[in-house]
This record gives sequence, C-alpha cells and structure tokens, in this order.
Amino acid sequence: MSETKKKEIDDRFKKFGTVSYTSVTKVNDFITYLEEGKVMGTRCSDCGLMFFPPRAQCYKCLSSNMEWFEVAGTGKLITYSKLKYAPIGFDNDLPYYIAVLDYGDYKVFGRIAGDLPEEELELGMAMKTMANTLPNGQLNYLFEKA
Amino acid sequence: MSKVGIIGVGQSGFIRGYPGSIRELAFEGFKEAMEDAQISVADIDASIICSAPEYDKQRSPSGVFAEYLGLIPQPTFYLESLCSSTSMGLRMAYSLVKSGLHDVVAVLGFQKMSEISSAESQERMGRGADIQWESPFGTMMPAYYAMFAQAHMEKYGTTLEDLALVRVKSATYGQVNDKALFRKPVAAEMFTDPEHFMSGPVSSPLRVGDCCANADGSSCLIVASEAKAKAFSKKPVWILGLGAASASVNMSGRDQFTGLAVAQQASEQAYKMAGVTPKDIDVAEVHDCFTISEILAYEDLGFAESGEGKDLIRSKETYKEGRIPVNVDGGLLSKGHPIGATGGSQIRTIVLELRGKAGEMQVKDPEIGLVHNIGGVGLYGVVTILGR
Repeated sequence: MSETKKKEIDDRFKKFGTVSYTSVTKVNDFITYLEEGKVMGTRCSDCGLMFFPPRAQCYKCLSSNMEWFEVAGTGKLITYSKLKYAPIGFDNDLPYYIAVLDYGDYKVFGRIAGDLPEEELELGMAMKTMANTLPNGQLNYLFEKA
Repeated sequence: MSKVGIIGVGQSGFIRGYPGSIRELAFEGFKEAMEDAQISVADIDASIICSAPEYDKQRSPSGVFAEYLGLIPQPTFYLESLCSSTSMGLRMAYSLVKSGLHDVVAVLGFQKMSEISSAESQERMGRGADIQWESPFGTMMPAYYAMFAQAHMEKYGTTLEDLALVRVKSATYGQVNDKALFRKPVAAEMFTDPEHFMSGPVSSPLRVGDCCANADGSSCLIVASEAKAKAFSKKPVWILGLGAASASVNMSGRDQFTGLAVAQQASEQAYKMAGVTPKDIDVAEVHDCFTISEILAYEDLGFAESGEGKDLIRSKETYKEGRIPVNVDGGLLSKGHPIGATGGSQIRTIVLELRGKAGEMQVKDPEIGLVHNIGGVGLYGVVTILGR
C-alpha cells in the first residue's frame, strides 16, 4: 500500500480581514505582500487593464498573465460610514469605518483607521492605503490621512 | 403582439416570528393569490419559487413547496436575485408565457428571517456583498447604503431631516396596511430625541428609523397569457414594461454613490418597452430598504432630477394626493422586508391600485404603475411597469 501523499494547501487568504470567508484563491500572494507592508492590485500583462481588488484572470482579453502593482500615492475619499452596530464576528472591532478611495485608474474599498475622529473626515480629502495587522493577528489594510 | 397579464396577487401578513414552517408560510401568500384569481391548482402550468438562500435548513425549496401547494407534477424551479427575487421571477414568468411554453405561471416569493438572530441576519445580508474582498472588513447592508447617504447629502444637501420625512410618510401608510409589520405613527421629532429608539445610531449617517426591519412573509403572483387572462379575469392588469440590470458587487467597481446605476438602466428599459415616460406613472412602489434608498429611487426613476429627490418629499409630492404617490402601502420601512417576498408584495400593491381595490391606500384612478425592486446594494435592479 502506497503512502497517501499529503497535499499542501495554499490557504493564505484565510488571514484576510477580521473574519475571512475565503481561504484558497489564485491571488494568495496579496496576503504575502500585505505581510511585507504592501497593498497590491493586478494589471493584465496583455491588455493593461488594472484591477483592485486584484484578479488572477482578465475578463476583457481572457488572459491569466497578470503582474502585481502597488497601491501607491493617495486616493480621494469618495464616501464612508462609521458603524455602531456590527455583523456577527465583528463586535470587538466596533466602532469602525468602511470607505471608498478613488485612485483615478481604480478604486479601493476598505476601512479608515479607527483612531481618526469623524469630524476630521471630509469627502474629497487625500488618503493613503496602508497594510495593517489586526489585534487577532489577521491582516487587512486601512486608509490614513495623507 | 399578445400581452401577458397578472390575474392573481396575494401576500401573507409580514410579521416577526411566523408561527409555522416555510411551506406553511408560502401557503399563506399562495392561498390569497389563488382566491384572488379564482382558479384551481390544475390551471397552473409551472411555478417559480423565489427567495434569498441561506435562511433555511431546507435546500431547494421549490420541490417541497410545489408538492405542498398541489403544483406537482408541473415543472417548478428556484430563482434568486437577493431582495429583487420575486420581480426577477415575474420577468422569468413573462418570458415563459410570452414564449408560449406555458399559459399560467405562479411566482411565489418567501423568506423566514426569524429563523436566525438579527446579528446573524446582518452577517448573511452582508455576505450578499463581496465575501472575498469586502465582508472581511465587517460590512452590512445599512453601512453600504449609509455610504450612499453620506455621498448624496454631501453633494446635494439632502439632510437627516429629509431622511426622517421619508419614514414619516411610510408610517402614514403603514398604519392603514393590515399586512404591515410596523403600524405605529412616526414623527420627525423622534429622530432628534436621543431617548427614542428611532434616533439610535446604526451606521453614520443612518439611524434605526432609517432602516427597514427583518420580517417573515410570503407573496404570490399568478401570471397568465392574454387569452387565459381574459378568460379567467374581468380586470387583468397587464405587464407593459420590464427592465433589469446588474452592477459590480464590489463598491470599488462603482462609478457613483449618489444613485444606483441598475435602477437608472432598468427603468430606462422598462419605460422604453412600455412606451411611457416618468410623467406617465400614476403610482409607484420603490425599494425603500432605507430612507435614503427612496430618495435615490425618485432620482434614478426620473421622478425628480439628480439631487432634487429631497424636494419631492419636502413638498409631499409622493404622498397619496401628490404628483407621484410612492409607497402608499408603507413600503419596506413599514411593511418589513422578508427579502424574497418583498417584490411580490410591491407588485401586489400596484395591481390592487390599478384595479381600484387598494382600500385606504387607494390613489385616485391610476392607469399606469411602476415597481422598483433592488437586490443587494444596487447589485441587481428590476423595474416593472403595469397598466390596466
């Protein structure tokens, strides 16, 4: 009887966010970049289309040739909300913000850093996207004042 | 061109904690629609069962319901587009009838949300968004719509008071709708009274009073070919226009936060198919899952110019006596929102209005009505135009 070979499962994505609902994806390198302090999107090497969140596959030219790019510089705060009530599993994070930044070629959905008072937020203000480690060891990214 | 009509409408009361199983809940809406249509189960050629999944233990409810409702051995299937499921079901029924494949189709929507807690429900609703990239941040429906409210208020000067006015109108009609969950009057002052539950913060700028409530409920529409509709019914209501659209699930793929592109696109299609304009609409049901959603709908449907939705509610133009009455059955805010049953309830109201049988909710002599039903955060948009 041959020994059953244990298959290594690349489930890095289970580290994304307070609670991750996905573990296996073709863009698992996103997590490794986050660990290195970088927030990355993908660009189709064939047609140049930029994706955030990153994708492994391009719907426009059906290519899987992707290269990573860093979400660098600043984006404009388009909108946000501060949650005072959370879905199950997120109670310990309260209160927290969700928001959208516009980088021109792409937009980024995420959280604003929790220590920023709501009075200091203004739609249109410049913010940057920073990799972040959560208290429970999980990884995400936060928007901070530029 | 042959027409497709609606010959029967029904819904259960929308309540918290329906004391029965989902098949029994489904029966309630079905019974009312069948009695309304005055037909028997043998007259129905197929059934479409609509809901948002994940609230029930039962997998594939269509077969279970079809058996329970006496609709076997006719074909049955399940259709889902979150909160717009029944409107999408009506679209599918239209195509089945129009193609000649079937003559009479039952569209049944249901949801028993009380099976799970409110926080669990928010988590499931949140998973109607992008579970890979957004849900891990702790998203939920009120927070998403709050981002639209934030952007709309900033760009157009819509105020928290305007949002409260939408809820006040809703409650005006919720009180006279015996199917509604929330039957109490609401005053704008409740939103500024820190002691009142309506003013409680949920997700800025939205407060408890800005949000619709979970509910259990079912609704049913009986759709028929022109020949069958005329044979069965003295007053069929005709489907004049249909529109449907989809959008990026991830907010990073959206190009606007002051309106829902799916509603703009779906209504444009529906107006074109019906050969009418927003001015021709005599009564409308819009998807007011949140107060801001109703103001977005006014603009997306062309009842008001962009940014001027607030003026419609301030001037009471969307009350029963106004220029374009909207949600005169109390809407989702007062009726409650049993996801899969909501579209059918909206369509039922417009059918009753067009028949002149809406009781205390009746607007004066409407000829053309519109239903705006949204799934997710503007992920799916379905607009239906009905006429006498």
